[in-house]
Amino acid sequence: MTPKTSIGRSLRRRRSRFAGTRNCLLGMSVFVLIGAQASAFTAYVSNEKSNTVSVIDTDKFTVAKTIKVGQRPRGIELTKDGKFILVAVGDDDTIQVIDVRTHEIVATLPSGPDPELFTQDHTGKILYVANENDNTVTIIDLERRVPLGEVQVGVEPEGMGLSPDGKILVATSETTNMAHFIDTEMRQIVANVLVDARPRFAEFKRDASEVWVSSEIGGTVSVIDPVKHEVKKKITFDIPGLRKEAIQAVGISITRDGKTGFVALGPANRIAVINATTHEVQKYLLVGQRVWHMAFTPDEKYLLTTNGVSNDVSIIDVANLRIIKTIQVGELPWGIAISQQ
Amino acid sequence: MIKTKNGRLCYGTHPDFDRGASLIRLLLAGIFLFGWTSASTDAAEINIGYLRRIDPKSTLSRIQTPADNDGIAGARLAIDDNNTTGRFLNQQFSLEDVRLAGGANAVAATIALVERGVSLVIADLPADELLKAADAGSPRSLLFFNVGASDDRLREEDCRANVIHTAPTRSMLADALAQYLVWKQWRRWLLVVGSHAEDKLYGDALRRSAKRFGARIVQDKVFEDTGGARRTDSGVVQIQRQLPVFTQGAPAYDVLVAADESEVFASYLPYRTWDPRPVAGSAGLVPTSWDGSHDQWGAVQLQDRFMKQFSRRMTALDMQAWTAGRMIGDSASRTRSTDPKAMLDFLKGPDFALAAFKGQRLTLRDWNLQLRQPVLLSDGRMIVSVSPQEGFLHQVSELDTLGIDRPESQCKLK
Repeated sequence: MTPKTSIGRSLRRRRSRFAGTRNCLLGMSVFVLIGAQASAFTAYVSNEKSNTVSVIDTDKFTVAKTIKVGQRPRGIELTKDGKFILVAVGDDDTIQVIDVRTHEIVATLPSGPDPELFTQDHTGKILYVANENDNTVTIIDLERRVPLGEVQVGVEPEGMGLSPDGKILVATSETTNMAHFIDTEMRQIVANVLVDARPRFAEFKRDASEVWVSSEIGGTVSVIDPVKHEVKKKITFDIPGLRKEAIQAVGISITRDGKTGFVALGPANRIAVINATTHEVQKYLLVGQRVWHMAFTPDEKYLLTTNGVSNDVSIIDVANLRIIKTIQVGELPWGIAISQQ
Repeated sequence: MIKTKNGRLCYGTHPDFDRGASLIRLLLAGIFLFGWTSASTDAAEINIGYLRRIDPKSTLSRIQTPADNDGIAGARLAIDDNNTTGRFLNQQFSLEDVRLAGGANAVAATIALVERGVSLVIADLPADELLKAADAGSPRSLLFFNVGASDDRLREEDCRANVIHTAPTRSMLADALAQYLVWKQWRRWLLVVGSHAEDKLYGDALRRSAKRFGARIVQDKVFEDTGGARRTDSGVVQIQRQLPVFTQGAPAYDVLVAADESEVFASYLPYRTWDPRPVAGSAGLVPTSWDGSHDQWGAVQLQDRFMKQFSRRMTALDMQAWTAGRMIGDSASRTRSTDPKAMLDFLKGPDFALAAFKGQRLTLRDWNLQLRQPVLLSDGRMIVSVSPQEGFLHQVSELDTLGIDRPESQCKLK
């Protein structure tokens, strides 16, 4: 292979070469089987400590397989075409690309050092990665798998939220305590909004009317007007019997209709259910220990949470706001992504 | 270049990209520089003085001899972090290093700083000198951050309304250790205290902690400093004979707790006690605000940043100074002010919460301006535990189980 060969091309070649092998057929038959059941999706959970990804069948809610990955896997997503899992392996300074059919690592992305969270644009062609160690957001061409550029942000960037039209990227920086609004076309910061201490996650509503930013140490969620770049409401959490220090807001998921928000509260071991119109907390759901992140099944019937310290995943019945099952996964589960098929 | 599982080669960086990337970087730097110069014309300036004694300190272990920039390196890193933030808020932070040696006067240095437009001072000074400097700075609206002195009296009978403390007190350190030893069921302590004033203060703090958390001091011994050099050619020969004898005949105990801030004997204790027992306090398991091995709660990022810039590991004093620097940065960005009074009001208020890689927010005790903080327990190579320990409860904050609490406090801030 000459150095000029693009990885995309070499991968296509590699896949055609392997097509028809036993491994691949096996992978495909599993894929077809899952595809045949209308309600079954696949959830992928990154286990920060055991360096694995747990594959969960959301029909049976059991771990179907465990994939070995690089060092310290955290941020995880599926590509928009559903063909690959992307997982940031921070201590290996890269993002690994896993084929969903074969569960094999087929490539790595030039993510920059210590990648943690990342997000794709709506076409699935561009990836935005937070590099905590050098205060940058790296922009990657997903097809060619080459970096396109970087944007300097505050100290320790982490959360990455893309507006529904893909024009604005919100990056949070943990020590600067800001949500940076980046124009994705210009690749420049257009606004900086100060939020509470150690902002970790940013999530837009589907109608782009609000972006929610969680602050882990501050223990709050700032609801930001993405046009005025102002915090219009700060959601606070008050749980009887718990000290303020234990309430640490991390992952955020908002339903497609924009009516209900879920916020993971870390060592408070709870998910806050929020009326996303009034921004009032409706309920706290007790899940496992140190809950990090969440993902909906595509039909939004279930919400799955990763519980870091108790090494499990809680399944929330979204309509009834009840935990219906807990699944043991690897050590220190962190991120979660669910296939759309 | 990275090999995949199948032995295929993947390129971390596309060769074509290298040229493109440098161009992009140049362009970005240009845009950034343009933005910076146009913004910095009216940037709010925050000038901070760093006042420190640089008298040489000898330690028993060579690897613990403090670096020349011990402390101030942490402050410098915080200033860099603040300036990254300040770039978005049009605030610029600077640090002036004032080194006091021999008979140099901290009061004169303080007044000179005020004359140069400094309104905030990070101080690494002994207690008495700190008080004199603070009192000289008080009518001049100077706000101090004590990063070096752990004396409880600075937060109690000698507290000052213009001195914030990021250094944990002796009583906080002792409580952090005691909670762990009690949790471990090592309740019978052989206490050995040095003969210098600060050793005695640490000894007092450890006795208080033992009583508070239900440990029993089975014997209370003094290790007399008879003078002499820290290092000699005959080395450990005599020590190996002296220490077992010194600890011989003690009543049954679980752990030897040593108070030796003066670096006279504690580091000689591990592996040399008459009975095979663990050592804690000034050697062995040491309570501290920071350690180069701490890597939980995102601390790796701070440790990496520090190592990259200063080519050494970050110490407790570096961390205490970093924390002070970040408190200044955070209060400046939240209040959008450079006025020390406004900053102090913010830091004392309910909205202040500092993220400092310790798993929870750090806040200020408004009754004596001491920073609440978890305390790490380090064996010199690893973090063994972090206090407060589970189960030590408190009605306001579990962090207030460490050190002297509000109802017992003698501090009256004016």
